[in-house]
Amino acid sequence: MAAISTAPAGAPTETPPVPPGRAARRRKLVPYWLLLPGILWLLVFFVAPMVYQASTSVQTGSLETGYQVTWHLATYWDAFKEYDLFYLRSLIYAGIATVLCLAIGYPLAYTIAFKAGRWRNVLLVMVIAPFFTSFLIRTLAWKTILADDGIVVSVLDKLHILNATAAIGLTSSDRVLATPLAVVCGLTYNFLPFMILPLYTSLERIDPRLHEAAGDLYARPFTTFRKVTFPISLPGVVAGTLLTFIPASGDYINAELLGSPSEQMIGNVIQSKFLTVLDYPTAAALSFMLMAVILVIVSVYIRKAGTEELV
Amino acid sequence: MDLYEGLSEPVRKAWERSLSGGRASLSRRSLLGGGLAVAGAGALTACGIPAATSTQGTKTDDLSDKDKSLVFSNWQLYIDQSDDKKHMPTLEAFEKQYGIKVTYTDDITDNVEFFAKIQPQLAAGQSTGRDLVVLTDWMAGRMIRLGWAQELDAGYLPHAYANLEQRFRTPDWDPGRAHSYPWAGIATVIAYNTKVTKGKKVSSVSQLLTDPDLKGRVAMLSEMRDTVGMTLLDMGKQPESFTSDDFDAALAKIQQAVDSKQIRQFTGNEYTDGLASGNLAACVAWAGDLVQLQVDNPEIKFAIPDAGYLTSTDNMLIPAGSKHRKNASLLMDWYYRPQIAAELAAWVNYITPCAGVKEELLKIDKSVANNPLIIPDAAMTAKAHVFRSLTSKEETSFESKFAKLIGA
Repeated sequence: MAAISTAPAGAPTETPPVPPGRAARRRKLVPYWLLLPGILWLLVFFVAPMVYQASTSVQTGSLETGYQVTWHLATYWDAFKEYDLFYLRSLIYAGIATVLCLAIGYPLAYTIAFKAGRWRNVLLVMVIAPFFTSFLIRTLAWKTILADDGIVVSVLDKLHILNATAAIGLTSSDRVLATPLAVVCGLTYNFLPFMILPLYTSLERIDPRLHEAAGDLYARPFTTFRKVTFPISLPGVVAGTLLTFIPASGDYINAELLGSPSEQMIGNVIQSKFLTVLDYPTAAALSFMLMAVILVIVSVYIRKAGTEELV
Repeated sequence: MDLYEGLSEPVRKAWERSLSGGRASLSRRSLLGGGLAVAGAGALTACGIPAATSTQGTKTDDLSDKDKSLVFSNWQLYIDQSDDKKHMPTLEAFEKQYGIKVTYTDDITDNVEFFAKIQPQLAAGQSTGRDLVVLTDWMAGRMIRLGWAQELDAGYLPHAYANLEQRFRTPDWDPGRAHSYPWAGIATVIAYNTKVTKGKKVSSVSQLLTDPDLKGRVAMLSEMRDTVGMTLLDMGKQPESFTSDDFDAALAKIQQAVDSKQIRQFTGNEYTDGLASGNLAACVAWAGDLVQLQVDNPEIKFAIPDAGYLTSTDNMLIPAGSKHRKNASLLMDWYYRPQIAAELAAWVNYITPCAGVKEELLKIDKSVANNPLIIPDAAMTAKAHVFRSLTSKEETSFESKFAKLIGA
């Protein structure tokens, strides 16, 4: 528009000026057109499954008689009463895994962002490389790593670490597989990249001159970290913890492969209700409640941590 | 890139089976896929699932003579392959013989997952796009019960009718084999690793559940019928005729072993991995897996409990909506020619349901012909039992109780 208005007065105008009303209207519509693919995507892959699932959760019936919507809301209460322990267990395992991911991921992301120099890209590839292998294979690999007679377990045993973990109920006797520790290890390992990558992007953006300025103002390195680096990286921490915690609490592969019957998580219950027991309403109700529980936890967390700079 | 590079053939096969092609394997994609596949519906109340009607089981138009094609869905690693894996000799011979083009897909990885996949179409009275599927007998029974399997024409099945082993002829879920013919038989036995048990033999479910030497190194199968059936036998009950009280008693017995941490895990095919690595000392196992596993791990032994063992079958059936009934029947019949059945058995290592195969196998591979896990001898056949079929109410209740036992 600016180019047209500054054109020499005598130059012929090739296109007649669009009436201002229509142009403005058209411009107003542009964002909606741009949103269309996203909205369609959400309708097909989010709204429709949600509605279907909501409907399933209030149906009753069997394969022979078919399933009808009877608004049998008691399914929710019955399912919750029966499986509340599984929710609790899932949240605890996912919580521990998230904390571990943060403890492992933060120093690593920090190193990659500030100290790695020319190794930065190599290290980043190493973080992402496990994704080139199937999720199942990666999880099964832990069966070999943590094998009862393997190196890891015998070293832990010799160092009496297993006695300590057994005392707090994380392991049993002299093995790691088929214990809570194995499940938490699996979760931590599988979701670690989801923690590191957002941390890395938010750390990498920090201007190194901020560190210098902090030094000039007589801040010791730790103070610099506490007062400058960490607060700026907080959006990364929030994003990383969410990306780790949410999928980890719904995961069932780790519990199935690395756990014993007493480590099964809510995802395992939903899977078995849906596929094996053919109790579709209960499976749907359980999924909805898992979603609700996670939503509540996440909204409280975000309110505390703040999201202004999450993106 | 070959993910299994460096693994020996039997272990690789077992892995592939347990990962993507396990009898009771798992995949998160399928669960998500199941959710999405059924997701087109609109308002909440419009989303009910129609009742299964038995009229769908009656025959549809058969276009076989006009359209010489067939879509065959089977389990992974369940058909003979040439060494370069590019050809399936027995299947290609069939195509040549009848001029029928077979589209073979090994997309069945798990009974319940496959059922979840085709159930929406079948319930809506639509075609599943498949003309022949292979399902384990209880699932085949469910399909027949729901009217989702087509009745067979005996006229197309002369070899099958003549050569089906006597003991597979009258399952209670499909009397007289009106809807199905076995693809292969499965024996559920006990397996143990002598390196871990230090030479000790493990030969009964009681021993699995109570022997302190095995503590924490015992696995049972996550398939309810195999695990409970073997336990029922051990308690002197008949899996053919047990009552609901017997079922509860068997569960209580297993529960004790879970509580005392005797049982480490309930698994699908991935027990093969644990058994080979020594994490498991003993477990309930499928014979077909063992044949392959033993090739590379001679320390792994199997035992047939004195109380007996469980057999089941994977069955070919023609799902409702298929328009190639004759083509599918011809293929069923093809695999009941002893020579073809022998080629198949020599490769898949499961029990052959076809009589007269032993003589043919002796020509191909003597060790296979004399392996009781592939061709059971008379002593072994005498100990075989089958798990009775369940009503849909029983099925839900039993599966639900069993799911609790295995932690889900």
